[in-house]
Amino acid sequence: MPILQVEGLSHSYGERHVLRSLSLAIAAGESVALLGPNGSGKSTLLRLVAGLLTPTAGRVALVGSAAAAGRPEVGIVFQEPRLLSWRTVLRNVTLPLELAGESLSNARVTAEAALKRVGASGLLDRSPAEISGGERGRVALARAMVRQPSLLLLDEPFAALDAITRARLDDELPELVAGAATLLVTHDVAEALLVADRVLMLGADGAIHLEVPGLRSLPAAERRAALLSPDGAARQTRLYAALDSVSHA
Amino acid sequence: MRRLSQLTPVAVAALLLAAWEFGVRAAAVPQFILPAPSVIAVRFAEAWADGTMLRHLVPTVTEVTVGGLLGGALGLLIGVTLGLSGSARRVVSPYLVAAQSTPILALGPVLVLWLGPGLTAKVAVCALITLFPVAISTLVAVRDVDAGTLELMRSLGATRWQSLRYARLPAARSGILAGARVAATLAVVGAIVGEWLGGTAGLGVLLNLARGSLFDTPLLFADLLQISILGVSAYGLVLFVERVVSKKIA
Repeated sequence: MPILQVEGLSHSYGERHVLRSLSLAIAAGESVALLGPNGSGKSTLLRLVAGLLTPTAGRVALVGSAAAAGRPEVGIVFQEPRLLSWRTVLRNVTLPLELAGESLSNARVTAEAALKRVGASGLLDRSPAEISGGERGRVALARAMVRQPSLLLLDEPFAALDAITRARLDDELPELVAGAATLLVTHDVAEALLVADRVLMLGADGAIHLEVPGLRSLPAAERRAALLSPDGAARQTRLYAALDSVSHA
Repeated sequence: MRRLSQLTPVAVAALLLAAWEFGVRAAAVPQFILPAPSVIAVRFAEAWADGTMLRHLVPTVTEVTVGGLLGGALGLLIGVTLGLSGSARRVVSPYLVAAQSTPILALGPVLVLWLGPGLTAKVAVCALITLFPVAISTLVAVRDVDAGTLELMRSLGATRWQSLRYARLPAARSGILAGARVAATLAVVGAIVGEWLGGTAGLGVLLNLARGSLFDTPLLFADLLQISILGVSAYGLVLFVERVVSKKIA
C-alpha cells in the first residue's frame, strides 16, 4: 500500500484553479520531486497533503486514512526555516515532541539525536539568529524529522541558500532523510534529479505532464557525476523542455 | 558634537544640576519659588530620616503595585481575547478605543464618589489607567503574529491553547511588554492623581501638603524626586521581568 495516495485532487482559491484532478502515489521510502512553473499548485499540493488546506475535490490518503493537520506520520519543511527566534536550536527541535505531550527530558534526547543526524549537533544551545542559513535549513529538517515521520514534505527548503550550501545539502539530503518517503517541491531541475527517485512536471493547468526517473538510488558519490553524464544531461534537457512548454502553455 | 554625544546621561545630569544650582544662587531665586538642588537633596534626606517620606511612599507603592498588576492582568486578558477573536475584536474594539479616548483621570472624582476616598478608588484609577496600554499593545501583538509561525504550529498539530502558549504569546512578548512599560509609569501617575482627590497618606497627598498647608517648596521638590524614582523603578521592574521572561522561554 502506498504511503501517500492522492486521487482526483483539485483545489481553487476562489475563482483561481491551481490543481485539477491530480493523482499521485508515493511508496514507503520513495522520494518524489515536483517541478513546475509558479502558480502551478506545487506548494498547495504539499499543504493539502499536510492537511493545512481542504481540497475542493478529490481525496488525500496517508497510510490509508484521510489527511489531517498535525499527523505525526508527516513532517514538513517550509520555504523558510520558520525557527522560533525565542527558542534555542535544541528547543526548536523539541517543540513537536513537547506539543505531543512528551516530557522535556525525553524530548531533548530525541531532538539531540535528530540534530546529530542532520549534522547540527554543535548548535544545540545557539539562538536561530546566531547560525547560518544552511544551519537553519538543517535545524528545520531535524524538527520535521524528530517525530520520525513516514512522509516528509519539503517545500523548496533550500531555495534561499547560497549555491554552494544548497549543493552540499542536495548531495546530503537523500542520506539525511533515509527511511522516510519524501515529496519535494522545487524549481531546480538538478536538485530534483539529485534527491528524487521520480521527478514529476506539474503544468500551469494543475496536472502532471511528465515523469522522469531521478538519480537518488545511486551512491551519493556518483550522483553529481551521473547528473553530468550524457544520460543525466538528457534527463535535464527533457525536464527543461517540459518546464518551458508548460510555462508557456 | 562628537564629544557631546559621548557624554553619559550621568554627566549630563550633573551638568544640568550644576547649572541649576549656579543659576538659582546667582539670580537669588527665592527658595519658595525654586530651591537649589542641594537644598532639595538635604530636604529629601530629612524627609527620609524623620519617616515622612516612607509614611507617604508605602501607600503609593501599594496602589501602584495592586492597581498596576490588576490593570495589567485585565489588559492582558482583554488583549489576548481580542487578539485571538476577530468577531470579539469587531464588537469590543470601538468601545475600547472610545474608553481610551476618555481621560481616565477625569473619572477619578466619580470613582472616589463610588468607592470612597480609601485605597480602593486609587487602586481602581491605577488599574484603569494601566489596562488600556496593555490591552491595546497585547491585542496588536497577539493578532499580528507571523502567519507562517501559526501555520507551522498547525502543521505540528498544536491545539489553539498550545499555539497561544508556544507561539503567539512568546512572539508577542515584546509588544506586550512595551505596553507594560508605558503602563508602569502611568500607574504612578494614576496613584498620584487618585491621592490628590482625597486621602490621608501617599506621595500625592504629600505634594498637596507641601504646596498648601506646609508651604514647604523643598519638600515639594523632594516629593517630586521620590515620585520620579518610583516611576523609574516601576519601569526598571518591567525591564527586569522582560529579561527573566526572555530567559525562561529560550
